[in-house]
Amino acid sequence: MQLNWVALTVFILLFGFITWLGFAAAHWRRGDLNQLHEWGLGGRRFGTLITWFLLGGDIYTAYTFIAVPALAFGTGALAFFAVPYTIIIYPILFIVFPRLWYVSRKHGYVTAADFVRGRFGNRWLALAITITGIVATMPYIALQLVGLQVVIGAMGVTGEGFVGDIPLIIAFIILAAFTYSSGLRAPASIAIVKDLLIYVTAFAAAIVIPIQLGGFGKIFAAIPAEKLLLAVPQGQTTGAYSAYATLALGSALALLLYPHTMTATLSATSGHTVRRNAALLPAYTFVLGLLALLGFFALADGVDKLPEFAEGFRQFKNNFAVPALFLHHFPSWFAGVAFAAIGIGALVPAAIMSIAAANLFTRNIYREFFNAHVTDKQEAQMAKWMSLIVKFGALIFIVFLPLQYAIQLQLLGGIWIIQTLPAVLVGLYTRWLNPWALVIGWAAGTFAGTYMAASVNFAASYPLAIGGWTFPGYIALYTLILNLVIAIVLTPVMNALGVNPEDQTAAADYYA
Amino acid sequence: MDDNRAYPWSWWYLLLLAEFIPALWVSFYNSVEPSWVGIPFFYWFQMAFVIASAAVTAVVYFATGRA
Repeated sequence: MQLNWVALTVFILLFGFITWLGFAAAHWRRGDLNQLHEWGLGGRRFGTLITWFLLGGDIYTAYTFIAVPALAFGTGALAFFAVPYTIIIYPILFIVFPRLWYVSRKHGYVTAADFVRGRFGNRWLALAITITGIVATMPYIALQLVGLQVVIGAMGVTGEGFVGDIPLIIAFIILAAFTYSSGLRAPASIAIVKDLLIYVTAFAAAIVIPIQLGGFGKIFAAIPAEKLLLAVPQGQTTGAYSAYATLALGSALALLLYPHTMTATLSATSGHTVRRNAALLPAYTFVLGLLALLGFFALADGVDKLPEFAEGFRQFKNNFAVPALFLHHFPSWFAGVAFAAIGIGALVPAAIMSIAAANLFTRNIYREFFNAHVTDKQEAQMAKWMSLIVKFGALIFIVFLPLQYAIQLQLLGGIWIIQTLPAVLVGLYTRWLNPWALVIGWAAGTFAGTYMAASVNFAASYPLAIGGWTFPGYIALYTLILNLVIAIVLTPVMNALGVNPEDQTAAADYYA
Repeated sequence: MDDNRAYPWSWWYLLLLAEFIPALWVSFYNSVEPSWVGIPFFYWFQMAFVIASAAVTAVVYFATGRA
């Protein structure tokens, strides 16, 4: 691939701007960054608009913007599950998360595991939630780098071996430095720039490319029938229908439980802000839908058959579909804007995820198990160091291990994180479940989910067979049901054994 | 053991939960017709439902007030 100087210059200028912004953010709504809730939650002072950008940057990541169109390009209609998935997140966010916000402010909780520790009074249950959160987040950070890698490659910046990874490493050092110094304020300010770029890019692409290709009618006519719609189930199976619906529902539940979603939610200025955002965030879902359609544009256009993109597709497979589409249909400077949108879109969630993982480690492992008398300053310092360690772990992963591992681990991450639902989300409503029953349910769900995923060679969907019928569906959702059943059945047993500690929260803590 | 019944449940929330039905009823929207400006029903219905669901959430937001 030729080095695309124009696109690269635009990309570097925008990247330089957000680097400055990330460091300057430390002074924004100034707080004492030596306190964990200031560094790691922005002082719980983000209003409706900033929360909107932050949660938007969190949920709709660079990887999403590359992988969803890539799935549409490769597989077709199934990729559109991302739309119902990001629709049904919001009713849940609206109803459930204000409760979490209020109880967390009342008791100074910074993580979901903090809440579980207070609610159920069992440090081992809280540890299970903590480890799940950290382990599920790591590959997610790693995948953000894939988005960055693809756009850097698309601008013709390539090299053999280690040299090829240098641009990625530079971007990551910048990310690590401003996260360390500014905490959550850095991704919050950068998210504003990133999202404006994403909106411009998505709408421009959804308007210009269909005109160039001769209208939507022509585009969809060029899509092969097996990719245009989901296959209608034949015989005794619910086929692609149940796979599609369970993927949407399970992904929505999993996403809400990820530590970075918690971090962005808890940084809002009130539970009311969270609710208002539930009505405003679907704007991003609409953009995600437009970006998914780009995969079909690329398919109709046959960009993979153009000789100038052969090298890109060889290197990045279907993930190259969207960059190729931009290079083919837009002038270089605008391709630079689009690539910057995706590249910066990788930094925002990567920063929030590393902060969330750092908060978890510091609060729920370091303070809980190693240093109960930690000062505020030591706590914040520990979290800053952890955010560096987590990010470099992700970097090493991407540079040295095959991409396939990160993708498989991210898939497993969704299955693992959903197992925290009974303790966290059900826990917000009732203390009825016994903490040890929850631990056993969590372990069973995690083990069964991992086993099922491995047995279908790390696909998301498992063909569950019951009484002659097959129900292909998202493993996370199936194993969550197992987890819940075990927790419910074992609760009276564990209560009878007399292991049920105090609840530190009161009913009135859960609303304003 | 408290179970937080004190939290004000609103019947408006049912409207929010009802959003799950069209969003997950795949056999309803898995078709090409009725297409709109050349976009198959499968795609434009789900995109339109994004806007509809946001509107429903806004209605519930105003109806339930500062709870």
